[in-house]
Amino acid sequence: MSTTLTREQSLEVYYYLRLNRSLEELLVRLFRQNKIFGGVYGSLGQEAISVGAAYALDPGDWIAPMIRNIGALLVHGFRPRDILTQHMARAASPTLGKEGTSHMGDLQKRHVVAPTSVLGDLIPVMTGVAMAGRYLGQKIVAMTWIGDGGTSTGAFHEGMNLAAVQQAPLIVIVENNQWAYSTPVSRQVPLRDLADRARAYGISSMTVEGNDVVAVMDTVREAVAQARQGRGPVLVEAKTMRMVGHAQHDSAAYVPREMLAYWKTRDPLDLYESHLTRNGLWDEATRKEIETRVQRELSDDLAFAEDAPFPAGESAEQGVYCQGCHTIEPMWQRPKEELTPPRSGVQAAWAIEDFGDTKSPPAAPDSLPGKTRR
Amino acid sequence: MAQVSYLEAIRQALFEEMDCDPSVLLLGEDIGVYGGAFQATAGLLERYGWERVIDTPISEAGIVGAAVGMSYQGLRPVVEMQFMDFIACAFEQIVNLAAKSHYRWGAPAPLVVRGPAGGGVHGGPFHSANPEMYFAHTPGLKVVYPATAYDAKGLLKSAIRDNNPVIFLEHKLLYRRIKEELPEEEYTVPLGQAVVRRPGRDLTIATYAAMVHASMEAAERLAAEGIETEVVDLRTLLPLDRQTLAASVHRTNKLLVVHEDTRTGGMAGEIAAQIADTSFEDLDGPIRRVTSLDTPVPLSPPLEEYFLPNADRIAAAARDLARY
Repeated sequence: MSTTLTREQSLEVYYYLRLNRSLEELLVRLFRQNKIFGGVYGSLGQEAISVGAAYALDPGDWIAPMIRNIGALLVHGFRPRDILTQHMARAASPTLGKEGTSHMGDLQKRHVVAPTSVLGDLIPVMTGVAMAGRYLGQKIVAMTWIGDGGTSTGAFHEGMNLAAVQQAPLIVIVENNQWAYSTPVSRQVPLRDLADRARAYGISSMTVEGNDVVAVMDTVREAVAQARQGRGPVLVEAKTMRMVGHAQHDSAAYVPREMLAYWKTRDPLDLYESHLTRNGLWDEATRKEIETRVQRELSDDLAFAEDAPFPAGESAEQGVYCQGCHTIEPMWQRPKEELTPPRSGVQAAWAIEDFGDTKSPPAAPDSLPGKTRR
Repeated sequence: MAQVSYLEAIRQALFEEMDCDPSVLLLGEDIGVYGGAFQATAGLLERYGWERVIDTPISEAGIVGAAVGMSYQGLRPVVEMQFMDFIACAFEQIVNLAAKSHYRWGAPAPLVVRGPAGGGVHGGPFHSANPEMYFAHTPGLKVVYPATAYDAKGLLKSAIRDNNPVIFLEHKLLYRRIKEELPEEEYTVPLGQAVVRRPGRDLTIATYAAMVHASMEAAERLAAEGIETEVVDLRTLLPLDRQTLAASVHRTNKLLVVHEDTRTGGMAGEIAAQIADTSFEDLDGPIRRVTSLDTPVPLSPPLEEYFLPNADRIAAAARDLARY
């Protein structure tokens, strides 16, 4: 078990797990009442991976969740009302009704890149975030999640390979929930362990029982430490099981019942509750207190969302371009002067191991037109 | 004063923007040590170093995806496509990730994807494409395709400073074939503004990129015959400068649209629809178009010459329209 969490932190992790699950139960109810636009993609049985991995990060680190990582959004500061208004397509949603499900982000404060529907895309994006972080002198890592199915995409491969040659501080959590929609992992990937994908990129990998939030936190924390030290990207495979259909419309009749029965005994909330009890970290009163807090927050935020108006139709025309609505300024944590000319000693030559340097091509133009500034 | 080629103008724009803003950096295949397949980035690595001029694996999707991520950190990455044909590999990253980013969740993605496009150099089906319309059809992008060295420099500087993803097409036929004197002092050319290259009263030719030069040649010949042609260089295809176009048609009452891109679904169709919509009363004749054939770009010189529009065909169509 983890020795690094305080009691308060251990209980906070439980709060997020419980909030994640109860919020999704609420979303399912709203879906059945036809109050949801765009579907509900549940993470039942996988909450420990969203919450545990996000909780292993430091303030300032970046995440790009995928659609089932509502828990990661919560840990990074989004509130149930954000997720409810978004699913209910209200004007007060983080995307002003333009987007649905968990597709929300926040570059400035929470450092969350919004999930996308096209799987694999966020691997190169977070590689870029990680490379930029290093360039700007930040000590951040960038983390993203991907499913077993998503690891077969071209973008996954290109992103992993680029991150590896760049030794970018990137953490990729491969959330192996056994199913890509209706297709079992054995029909997608000819590997027993998806962690073995890492060998092709020459990067390190770890495998963890994804339903054990303590194990997830410990493993991811180790991966984060490696990446932050500049030792390159790390791939973490978290083994788990999707306990619901691909989305609410899908009954998942193709999943063997025995498989669900087995994984039901490995429910991440049950496991963590036993852990808290076994280690004397809570009692029944504390459990009830957290449960009450979660229910109160959800009912307050549901009331807010139900009352929130839909967006005005004509606002569909707004926001195609950024026209002065954002001031774009990187968060420099190193002197810019290090990166502005004149530089010296840079040679346009590859140093090839065992063979030395190759010869350098042409120099910069000797005179540049007038110095410019913004 | 020295004559500056279209290619050198692009290189100057990169130098100037990197000089004044450390948040500008370059990504691409063979752009650093080698200086780029066409040498558009020659000398940049020596001046700005490995952190800012990044030679990447052959991974167009990965590179553009990474550029999107860098732009989320507030940087202004400029990605080179070795040939614009290869931009197809990064289509997803451009049209789904970058283009929708600000609209979907309020995240600006200030990045530029630039590179050589266009035919006339016997490059064949994979090194000659004009892929502008895939992107001109995509809300959230800006699409720029300059015709002169002055514009190439000024528009690229504006593209890098823009807060939106910009597809910046450079016509490789023009790279070393056209030169002009450029101002000593700094200048930019705003995105989204067409320019009248040549005034005329009898008809308007709306065009862009290399076809501006073919159209100007045609206009010269027609002038000798007493037909005065106004040539409008669109410069930016998205957003399109409808005002300049409509004003020109208002003056000339006839419109010929010329582009090197293939015919079906090309810019000419969109312009024809817009002008028919806004300026029907101004028109004294049908809107005509001169374009490439609806085929891939063939390699062999006689085939490619047959495929491409040229000054002869433009003059013939313009003559016909003027007489209408």
